[in-house]
Amino acid sequence: MGRKLLLEHVDVPGIETYDVYRNHGGYKSVEKALKTMSPQEVVEEVQKSALKGRGGAGFPTGMKWSFLAKPEGVPRYLVCNADESEPGTFKDRYLMEKLPHLMVEGMITSSYALGANTSYIYIRGEYMFVLEILEKAIAEAYAKGWLGKNILGSGYDLDLYVAPGGGAYICGEETALLESLEGKRGNPRMKPPFPAIKGLYGCPTVVNNVESLCTVVPIINIGADEYLKIGTEKSSGTKLISACGNLVRPGVYEIEMGITVEEFIYGDEWCRGIANGKKIKALIPGGSSVPILPAHLITKTAAGETRYMSYESLSDGGFASGSMLGSGGFIVFDEDQCIVRNTWNFARFYSHESCGQCSPCREGTAWMEKVLHRLETGKGNMRDIDLLADINKKIEGNTICPLGDAAAWPVAAAIRHFREEFEWHVTHPEEAVKRNYGLLKTPEITL
Amino acid sequence: MIKVTIDDIEIEVEEGTTILNAARMIGGDVVPPAMCYYSALPGTGGKCRTCLVEVAAGSTKDPRPMPKLMVSCSTQVMDGMIVKNKTSERVIENRAGVVEFLLANHPLDCPVCDQAGECDLQNLGFENGKEATRYEEERRTFEPIDIGDHIKLNMNRCILCYRCVHVANQLTDQRVHGALHRGDHTEISTYIEKAIDNDFSGNMIDVCPVGALTDRTARFKSRVWFLNPMNATCECTKCSGKAVVWMFGKEVYKVTTRQDKYGEVEQVDGKPQWLCDECRFDKKDVSKWTIEGARHIDRHSVISQGHYEKPNPLDNKPKNIK
Ligand SMILES: Cc1cc2nc3c(=O)[nH]c(=O)nc-3n(C[C@H](O)[C@H](O)[C@H](O)COP(=O)(O)O)c2cc1C
Ligand code: SF4
Ligand code: SF4
Ligand code: FES
Repeated sequence: MGRKLLLEHVDVPGIETYDVYRNHGGYKSVEKALKTMSPQEVVEEVQKSALKGRGGAGFPTGMKWSFLAKPEGVPRYLVCNADESEPGTFKDRYLMEKLPHLMVEGMITSSYALGANTSYIYIRGEYMFVLEILEKAIAEAYAKGWLGKNILGSGYDLDLYVAPGGGAYICGEETALLESLEGKRGNPRMKPPFPAIKGLYGCPTVVNNVESLCTVVPIINIGADEYLKIGTEKSSGTKLISACGNLVRPGVYEIEMGITVEEFIYGDEWCRGIANGKKIKALIPGGSSVPILPAHLITKTAAGETRYMSYESLSDGGFASGSMLGSGGFIVFDEDQCIVRNTWNFARFYSHESCGQCSPCREGTAWMEKVLHRLETGKGNMRDIDLLADINKKIEGNTICPLGDAAAWPVAAAIRHFREEFEWHVTHPEEAVKRNYGLLKTPEITL
Repeated sequence: MIKVTIDDIEIEVEEGTTILNAARMIGGDVVPPAMCYYSALPGTGGKCRTCLVEVAAGSTKDPRPMPKLMVSCSTQVMDGMIVKNKTSERVIENRAGVVEFLLANHPLDCPVCDQAGECDLQNLGFENGKEATRYEEERRTFEPIDIGDHIKLNMNRCILCYRCVHVANQLTDQRVHGALHRGDHTEISTYIEKAIDNDFSGNMIDVCPVGALTDRTARFKSRVWFLNPMNATCECTKCSGKAVVWMFGKEVYKVTTRQDKYGEVEQVDGKPQWLCDECRFDKKDVSKWTIEGARHIDRHSVISQGHYEKPNPLDNKPKNIK
């Protein structure tokens, strides 16, 4: 059994209620921080823990906190990014649904560290039931004096709100999130200025993922030195992985960084292998935006070394033969799955979710979707494959926010590793259609 | 003052200047095209990506090249920065890509579009695009709508530069005019096709780089290259009264703001000379205007091919005489 820091008590009946949570060591990090540590010491502890942001980009949380501007007389904000909309990612929902008080506790300890007196949890519109769970927990926390004025007699005040979005993927991008939170259309802002300087309502703001903020709790509780002992040198601690696709036992797992990919897919404790006795064909290890890996690059890197579940090992080989840990949305494809169809499906998603502000992303994602749909339904030609690769290059790096890149990468990787399959769709149009609509019995979806 | 080099030409500019504005100080080929940035509208820029340039060296202090192409309209220069515009293959290639994207869903209906001849997208495509498109898919279409009595919105031609939205935001604080939907379904519209009820709404027509917003009082009357643009003034209590009237013989067909060579409204002492709707839409009688003289169109525009400007004796000198 690997060590559990977040999900240790997840199976305790009633853990979503205040009393049970408190009896299992809940709110200790708040006590410790407010009574024995200065805000700066909390920041330093998180910095020392080498925690990397769990929202996808893996930016060191402590470093982000240390960038927060602190001008006199201007409020600072902490905003939790609970927009979780990346296909394949469903770990934040699990955390908030099962352990709402852990979320609240993480918010309090982190807000204290940053000197924020008002904090928000921005949650995607489809998670309304989770919003209710969180609001109940927040009400309990207020009633018990963990929120509000003068918490634990320390003189520190904090108000915590949950704000629902309209259910747009783009509102997970931190600046679009802030626009949306301000009540505007969720268009990403130009950076710089970064939120740490000018964020919510023009004030210094930190935006962090749900899991990042929840992880602050065990870091403060056990201390950074202890935390650093878990995981690998470059990827400290534990990580939630939401495993889905053709697995015997999909679900949300907390792993210690650095277990092997092979163990995670086939191990008894985890996913228990590929469903229906099939073989694995491909893996997307970190949510739909990261490059897909073909079978021969999943458990071993291109250099023949063992592949581990960690930031550094999953990205070994760069984009040529590696991928990324991303948000931990672990999607497994068995031998029957059609890569072209899946690539089209993702392209459809990004085209639908593009905010439409900048031309390469707005037009490019929609164009790719249309070309992929033609290819997938046996109406494409060889030219289309190179066209896709070229559209990709024209989007990548030329957009306001990373959604453009996120849309381009999966297509580029699919063509890189599965070009024959694209070509097969061109040369075998009828079989391609039969294979997709016959074998898989997937209904035609139109936008 | 700080030093920046653009396409091998060095210039000193004030701190805080953007690459685009530094390039405009040099002028000529060095200036990247800008379809969404508009000096008189704070907050514009960054969207169309036509102004992408390569930063070959960030500054004297940190001379590393920037890995991504940067939007010149929104990137500030640093001391010792080296920028490549026309001298960068990457810029030329990617800008052609942006043109292709902007034209992907464009109807290419220039023959029936009122903007033809004074359209920034035509110029952009001509100067920076490729001969043919690779876009073979169906184009998105919208029905043209009237936003108010004076303005026609043809969304098919819109490039979503958001300039009109910034004009509207300056005029009203109720967000009546903006973008609906997302992605390539994004649509500029007024809130349930309401009109912006404001004396200055007509300026949206002038900031629109394409034929998406056109003047209903002037549409289809004449091709712009058959008209003679004249600087004219009138007594007006609402606006500066400084306009360009576009004349056909003795008749005023259309009234617009005065625009500089980048198609932006002229500024006097930092104040944009916007026109009020009355001057723009209602004063179509030449007696209402004091004509100052021909308006020089400072672009190699089809309009100037009309030779409407009074002949300048100096220009007529035979070429071999000094
Ligand atoms: C298109 C797009 C969607 C994103 N969606 C999410 C999201 O749903 N949840 C999230 O935590 N981060 C998301 N991010 C990343 C955020 O912008 C931001 O980096 C993150 O919330 C920072 O938190 P962290 O440092 O704790 O990882 C998204 C980024 C992009 C570009
Ligand atoms: S990259 Fe796409 S989602 Fe991001 S700002 Fe541009 S159009 Fe919007
Ligand atoms: S209508 Fe014109 S000004 Fe408005 S966004 Fe479209 S192209 Fe720009
Ligand atoms: S002018 Fe710079 S992005 Fe449009």
